[in-house]
Amino acid sequence: MVSPAVAVLERHLCLYRRLWRASAFSSFVLPVLFLVSFGVGVGRYVGEVGGVGYLAWIVPGVLASTAFQMAVGDSTYSVLGDFKWVRGFHAMRATPVGVRDMVVGGLLYALLRVESAVVVFLVVAGVFGALRSPWAVVTPVVAALLAVAVAAPVMGFSASIDHDSYFALLFRFVMIPSALFGGVFFPVDQLPQVVRPLAYVSPLWHGVELCRAATLGVAPPWPVWVHAGVLLVFAGAGGVWAVSAFGRRLRD
Amino acid sequence: MVSAVLAARVSPARVGAVVGRNVGALRSGPAYWLVLASGFFEPVLYLLSIGVGVGALVGELRLADGRVVEYAVFVAPAMLAVSAMSGALSETTFNFFFKMKYAKTFEAILATPVRPLEVALGELAWAMTRSAVYTGAFLVVMVAMGLTRVGWALAVFPAALLVGLAFGAVGMAVSTLMRGWQDFDLVTTGQFALFLFSGTFSPVGDYPPVLRVVVEATPLFHSVELVRGLAAGLPGWGLLGHAGYLLAMTAAGLWVAARRLERALCR
Amino acid sequence: MSEQPLIRARGLVKRFGDFTAVDGIDLEVAPGEAFGFLGPNGAGKSSTMRMIGCVSMPTSGELRILGMDPARDGARIRGRLGVCPQLDNLDPDLSVRENLTTYARYFGMSRARARARAEELLDFVQLRDRAASRVEPLSGGMKRRLTIARAMVNDPDLVLLDEPTTGLDPQARHLLWERLFRLRQRGTTLVLTTHYMDEAEQLCDRLVVMDGGRIVAEGSPRSLIGTYCTPEVVELRFPDGVDPAGGLEGIGRVDPLPDRVLLYTGDGDAAVAEVHRRGLVPSSVLVRRSSLEDVFLKLTGRTLVD
Repeated sequence: MVSPAVAVLERHLCLYRRLWRASAFSSFVLPVLFLVSFGVGVGRYVGEVGGVGYLAWIVPGVLASTAFQMAVGDSTYSVLGDFKWVRGFHAMRATPVGVRDMVVGGLLYALLRVESAVVVFLVVAGVFGALRSPWAVVTPVVAALLAVAVAAPVMGFSASIDHDSYFALLFRFVMIPSALFGGVFFPVDQLPQVVRPLAYVSPLWHGVELCRAATLGVAPPWPVWVHAGVLLVFAGAGGVWAVSAFGRRLRD
Repeated sequence: MVSAVLAARVSPARVGAVVGRNVGALRSGPAYWLVLASGFFEPVLYLLSIGVGVGALVGELRLADGRVVEYAVFVAPAMLAVSAMSGALSETTFNFFFKMKYAKTFEAILATPVRPLEVALGELAWAMTRSAVYTGAFLVVMVAMGLTRVGWALAVFPAALLVGLAFGAVGMAVSTLMRGWQDFDLVTTGQFALFLFSGTFSPVGDYPPVLRVVVEATPLFHSVELVRGLAAGLPGWGLLGHAGYLLAMTAAGLWVAARRLERALCR
Repeated sequence: MSEQPLIRARGLVKRFGDFTAVDGIDLEVAPGEAFGFLGPNGAGKSSTMRMIGCVSMPTSGELRILGMDPARDGARIRGRLGVCPQLDNLDPDLSVRENLTTYARYFGMSRARARARAEELLDFVQLRDRAASRVEPLSGGMKRRLTIARAMVNDPDLVLLDEPTTGLDPQARHLLWERLFRLRQRGTTLVLTTHYMDEAEQLCDRLVVMDGGRIVAEGSPRSLIGTYCTPEVVELRFPDGVDPAGGLEGIGRVDPLPDRVLLYTGDGDAAVAEVHRRGLVPSSVLVRRSSLEDVFLKLTGRTLVD
């Protein structure tokens, strides 16, 4: 007996087989291009940050940011679309597949995509000489935790809205500020004191700091268990929200 | 030739009707003012993050001509050009394609006396209207942060509109050639590659010579150079060359879009 | 086991806020039956179907599907149902075959079994030559057939069809009816909703007419006609300006419409003779057997619901 969540994952993979060409480029090649343009291009003017070259400093940030953006990307339009246009969730609802299976299947898919992109990126970063500690091997685990911490609540959001222009608000008020001020490009300490807490509540910042600690072999700003705990809370609460939002949407 | 075509066929009233439909459609979406207003915050956030945040790490930048500028001064005009590009492209590719393929908006419009070229111009005018508002607001922020002078900001304004116009026209032409959504990933990817390698974050002079030749042929490079030159208050003949490139791009884009639309919709 | 009803409802109610969609209905469907819900839009047919499909919980009343309680055993029940929803929800980007195999996996079937079942069903709904093509460009009739094939993928004990032929052209409808008839012959229990009278007469052994959330009549198509209608109907048209209504009294039940008058009677020809004997001169006369449509209009009225 295959678990229903795995059957849901298989549907995502089946769809991915149709669309992989374009998304392969955006998930494997673009992060590397970004690294070259920004890490190398801007890096030559920056000198050192936190005792290392800018490229080595920004690599874990770009890695976490890639996981973050892919997790968001896989849980917005496709989720709303499966409620609104394709009605794929309604099709599942008529079978033994439960609401929890739909959410878990979607998360598994996001995880697979994130992990494959992160591993490729890590190898490239290694070639650039930007990995400074054997602890770098744990970054895929951090990326997985970050992906679930982001994808789960975003799935809940996507299941709760009925018009896709809410995504523009999500991107502009939550996702883009996170990506820009979450410690990816410059240390959060540089932010004015008043806005710093906004970075602290973003799961991306916690993911970035854990990844950075791992690739540079240094201690993160807060204890590891606090960073990981924040991500776990996001993942858990997000999962509960997603399951209840899916259930509400499919109930009547 | 294009102007003759325009004069013979285009009715401003009908173009206006196409724009009016967009205004109405926008108002029907939820929280539309918020969505509209948030379009302005996006480039400002980029400016604060890259210009100010990363700028603090970079300090000052020595340009090829020997001038030394703050990183924010260097990067802000590029942000403006990028935002003009992406605003125009999102309106004329993603939204335009949706209306053409799925919403059947254009088929409905073309059942009336409105002509395909008028549809194209109306859609472009709409994209430009939004772009003008965002550009103006961004320039106000630049002046307030001391990244350019008021007088030069007034010169940058039409230049940024020209950037939007050129990308909008090409975007529309590209939309008519699209087979499906999967092709849009190519557009997005191309757009992102331009964003990364058009002298946006670091001077083109730093690039390896081969890459430099390629970059200097691409449209965002000319956009960034034009906007940056004017914002820095350094007019020169070179800027006319960049402007000419963008004008040619506009004309070519419009011509292809109108022809393709005519063929696709008036069978 | 075989005599236990597949569906048993007592006092079934569904409310959405203040609106009562289903207002206390009782019904039983036995194995092998083809059972229809007939009614105008908004009569509560789809809400009832969704409760039977265990995707919507009853507000009150008792419901047993396959002898189980939907509130407790929803997933187990759905595992033995086949559902063809009113709105297609196929995966437009997947191929015809992939739509069947991915759906089969939702029921926990092995990959090999899913593939084999998909092949059988492709033949059954005559989509073999489109198996590898994407779903999006298929015609409405093909999509419907695929949806029905998908509903059969788990070899269900009970198939639910919500307005299976709405929006299809006549050829596609007839092909679909023929396929559904084959299902009936195999002993599959069908429950369907429709507002097409010909569909109900073609496919159903037994049906209920719903209106305003209640069951207003129940029986086989013929018995409903026998109970609620006369065997024959005469349709009379008169020249403009002639109002014959008074002159027809006593011949049969008279139903005056804006463009014609319907006369319900046991013997159409005798009624026409009587009309002529009374000196009335209609401009056209049509005698026909009464249909379920006459029953339907009598029971649910002629007022448009939406």
